[in-house]
Amino acid sequence: MAHDHDHSHDHHHDHEHSELSETQLRVRALETVLTEKGYVDPAALDAIVEAYETKIGPRNGARVVAKAWTDPAFKQALLDDASAAIGTLGHVARVGDHLIAVENTPQRHNMVVCTLCSCYPWEMLGLPPVWYKASPYRSRAVKDPRGVLNDFGVTLPKDTEIRVWDSTAETRFLVLPMRPAGTEGWSEERLAEIVTRDSMIGTGLPKAVP
Amino acid sequence: MNGVHDMGGMDGFGKVEPEPNEPTFHEQWEARVMAMVRVMGANGGINIDSQRFARESLPPEVYLASSYYKKWFLAIEDQMVARGMVGRDEVDAGHSLRQSPPLKRGKFAVADVERVMVRGSFGREAKAPAIFKPGDKVRAKNINPLTHTRLPRYVRGHAGIVERINGCHVFPDTAAHDKGENPQWLYTVVFDARELWGDDADPTLKVSIEAFEPYLEKA
Repeated sequence: MAHDHDHSHDHHHDHEHSELSETQLRVRALETVLTEKGYVDPAALDAIVEAYETKIGPRNGARVVAKAWTDPAFKQALLDDASAAIGTLGHVARVGDHLIAVENTPQRHNMVVCTLCSCYPWEMLGLPPVWYKASPYRSRAVKDPRGVLNDFGVTLPKDTEIRVWDSTAETRFLVLPMRPAGTEGWSEERLAEIVTRDSMIGTGLPKAVP
Repeated sequence: MNGVHDMGGMDGFGKVEPEPNEPTFHEQWEARVMAMVRVMGANGGINIDSQRFARESLPPEVYLASSYYKKWFLAIEDQMVARGMVGRDEVDAGHSLRQSPPLKRGKFAVADVERVMVRGSFGREAKAPAIFKPGDKVRAKNINPLTHTRLPRYVRGHAGIVERINGCHVFPDTAAHDKGENPQWLYTVVFDARELWGDDADPTLKVSIEAFEPYLEKA
């Protein structure tokens, strides 16, 4: 894997790392036990890890957003039933049921959180970043989203409605950010480059157009 | 259960700290834990709701002090032990020491990986028509079960508006405890921030939750 490293030999006196090393050993032990019992196959674990490291990430969502920005019929289909609409783009990403796309407008900004755990549209955005799963975001997003946006360097007009979607069930949410001005005539590929992961969670905006 | 996992609206956790160029995993074991949990779910050893309840059931001080995948690991280990699939002595020994019960859905192989990369459907056939419709005023019930629920504390007792019906879904409150899928209608319910947080709340803020029908009453 790309970020494989092992600190355990270098940091015997570092409490955090020696604790991690204990966890490493225990995880390895559980994997061995589950493998010997025939519950898991290490090769299947490798394949799952590889998929999340190389194939499934925010580029999938970015291509969907870019398509919606350039194709009004697709955009409408996406807002009506995101799972079905994305299903028609076989080459972009495979997506399961219950995906809901929510559109940012000059009047309304959407932001997605899971206060209870870490629900996130994996197929569109990959595995969630640490901050999304951590207490500061999960606790504050539903009460002080403007403060949270400020932590991301984003300031919205005072009168913009903010809608926070708490993902408390198996529905998943993808924010459709506003297409930036100055991108008229851009190809889908070029547009996808400015669609950031955070803009599809609602904690960021698309990259600035030069 | 009213655990520390239910943290919507809590104060004092500090700033959100995005990590530039964050790797998919910070340690190799995190990747193994993620994949093991996925496989044990796909083969029927556990389910997504039982795994959530196992994380919520960690002691609060452990929950708050553990990294994300550490919580996943502690929870899957607890579940394997609770379900009689793995003994703690086996994890200590690093080897299987006895026969364990067979899997509900059989062995999960490399060829099955492609399939789990797309989420399965949680939609189920409804046994009765939906009670509420978009536009209805509802109140989140004041319930405080010791068992698993997906009704966050911060909305309990508060009134909101049904915005959409999202179909009839597996009910986590029973599925988590192996008491069946017990499908229930699922709604998006929107609350005004002032209803949730009082008059000083941001007047431009609205918050929605995904609410199963048994969580709601007419307001």
